[in-house]
Amino acid sequence: MRVPGIGLDVRALPGAMPVAHARVDPAQWSEATRLAREDAGRLVALWGADDRDRGRGFAILAALAVRDGLVVIELALDADSPSYPDLSGLFPAADRMQRAAFDLLGIYAQGAADKRPWLRHGAWREGEFPLRRDFDAAAKRENAPDRYPFVRVEGDGVHEIPVGPIHAGIIEPGHFHFSVVGEKVLRLEERLAYTHKGADRRFQDFTVAEGYRLAGRISGDSTVAYAWAYAQAAESLLGIGIPPRAAWLRALMLERERVANHLGDLGALGNDAGLAFGLSQFMRLKEDWLRASAEVFGHRFMMDCIVPGGVTADVAGAHLAALPRQADSIEAESRALQDIFDEHSGIQDRFITAGRVTPDLARKLGLAGLAGRSSAQAFDLRADFPCAPYGELAVKKVVYSAGDVAARVHARFDELHESLRLVREILSRAVPGEIRDGLPASRGGFGVGWVEGWRGEVLVALEADAHGRIRRAHAHDPSWQNWPLIEHAVIGNIVPDFPLINKSFNLSYSGHDG
Amino acid sequence: MIPIILKILRTGIVSEPAPAAREEWRARSAQIQAGVLKLLGRALVIRHVDAGSCNGCEIELNALNNPYYNLEGLGIRFAASPRHADMLLVTGPVSKHMEQALRIAYDAMPEPRLVVALGDCGRDGGIWGESYATCAGVAKVIPVDVVVPGCPPPPAAILQGILTAIAARGGGDEVT
Repeated sequence: MRVPGIGLDVRALPGAMPVAHARVDPAQWSEATRLAREDAGRLVALWGADDRDRGRGFAILAALAVRDGLVVIELALDADSPSYPDLSGLFPAADRMQRAAFDLLGIYAQGAADKRPWLRHGAWREGEFPLRRDFDAAAKRENAPDRYPFVRVEGDGVHEIPVGPIHAGIIEPGHFHFSVVGEKVLRLEERLAYTHKGADRRFQDFTVAEGYRLAGRISGDSTVAYAWAYAQAAESLLGIGIPPRAAWLRALMLERERVANHLGDLGALGNDAGLAFGLSQFMRLKEDWLRASAEVFGHRFMMDCIVPGGVTADVAGAHLAALPRQADSIEAESRALQDIFDEHSGIQDRFITAGRVTPDLARKLGLAGLAGRSSAQAFDLRADFPCAPYGELAVKKVVYSAGDVAARVHARFDELHESLRLVREILSRAVPGEIRDGLPASRGGFGVGWVEGWRGEVLVALEADAHGRIRRAHAHDPSWQNWPLIEHAVIGNIVPDFPLINKSFNLSYSGHDG
Repeated sequence: MIPIILKILRTGIVSEPAPAAREEWRARSAQIQAGVLKLLGRALVIRHVDAGSCNGCEIELNALNNPYYNLEGLGIRFAASPRHADMLLVTGPVSKHMEQALRIAYDAMPEPRLVVALGDCGRDGGIWGESYATCAGVAKVIPVDVVVPGCPPPPAAILQGILTAIAARGGGDEVT
């Protein structure tokens, strides 16, 4: 694989997805990212590493989606002045990722304008970096709340509404700082990382064989996507494949996860627009769906069912007929509810034009996943780089261009029905055979997993030492790309529409906070 | 309107009976008089705080509001403010960044107050344990009455935990 137009020495990594790795110098770093951007490439993730124990300095890594697949470029940084060329001019989504890399490792982007902390609140002090190998994790620290310098909006009649971190409903914590005039939002600024659990460092307490459990708890609503991405990374690192049936079962689980989340979101979106009936109906369907997952896979969210080497649960006996039947009945009910939604002028009035992200803005800022596809960003790994078994399933990519709440609702309905088709198709075509291979002896190395979860692209990068212990792991949620877009989507909308707009993206706090 | 009404009629009532309390989940003997618990049992208001969960517990908490569990039929509802709440339902290992917010929410509640720690993370930090970023469980930060294990606990188990906290047992004094 190569990045078009530059002579990078890239090494293709083995595994299910087209991923390559290249060590670059600062000039190549800038050139590769520029060319990727010009060729409609995307920044998927950015993270750092501390390699000083290996006689090197630090490193910064960027995962770029290009025409041929994913290229991970790695730039070695000086131990004493660890800086690298800023990417936020090319890829605005890099801004928060770069600030996070600084908070965790003390490596910084030269010339980046925003130097405020992003992940660090009060859990560790300025000048301390939890992912550095000499960080004293056991030290007692005063957990003092910080004063984050929000951008002030001034002028006649402008007032501020601070919301959170604890929100009014049963949702994750984060802080939203609104500047409003009357009911109209002039500016929203987010402050996240309240759920930061030190995931990247915690991974280092596990072996490659064990870490899938932690990966499955980065964002509970995407546990299948994360576990699969982790398993891909581990299998790439170990240079192994999986039994063909295991790939079919993984896809079955991934589509079941997508269906469950879309059912829940459609209900919640109806509710946020004032149609409690929609919530009751869709939550009933979701409950039926989760109960079937529990019966077949032993867990309502299928947590820990995907492991390096394969899967832990098979579909057999009566379930082979029951699951497609359930997909049929859920689809019939969902289509009937879609008609009710479509013909309900009250909720359509709330949906249409609310929280609009134009395709141009989405492209510039890199809106990802389902929300991206609702703003004409036509990327879906299942269709673009189909790993087994997706190559045989011809996934229909759902794309809308209106970019408003209505588009994101339409996209959910379409993807829901497409996933129900896939569930039926997978169950009728899955090949028989083993579902799990044993793992070979431990070895060091580097691997990357890349999976289209229900929200968007999930990436897991994994580096192990010769004993099979995790040396460095990074899990990336598509919410990183999409949180900044909510700040744009709400501009000019009224404050009471914020919950609806926010829900239409339904981003993960935990997945983002790490 | 007619399709909505027809759909409601065809769906019927799907609610299931409530599960029984589980005394073994009680973390400390009841601090509230049994008579008060009896009153709460008919009108319990809960404030949920996500103290760093992976959002798995939140999915199951939201599921608890679906028609199968008929939560409001049991007199239980969620409130937006801790000042209106009898019970704090806490998920997550308590991230250091949520520690202060959790204390503030607890302090804002009127007495008597109940705390239910949800899930393996709420119990002892779960897979996250204790780290520079996490506190190893809710009881490290505020007093806990009932712990509901599971990763995540399914809705029926969460309901059991809530009902255990308001069950007039575990050493609470009877009011005469």
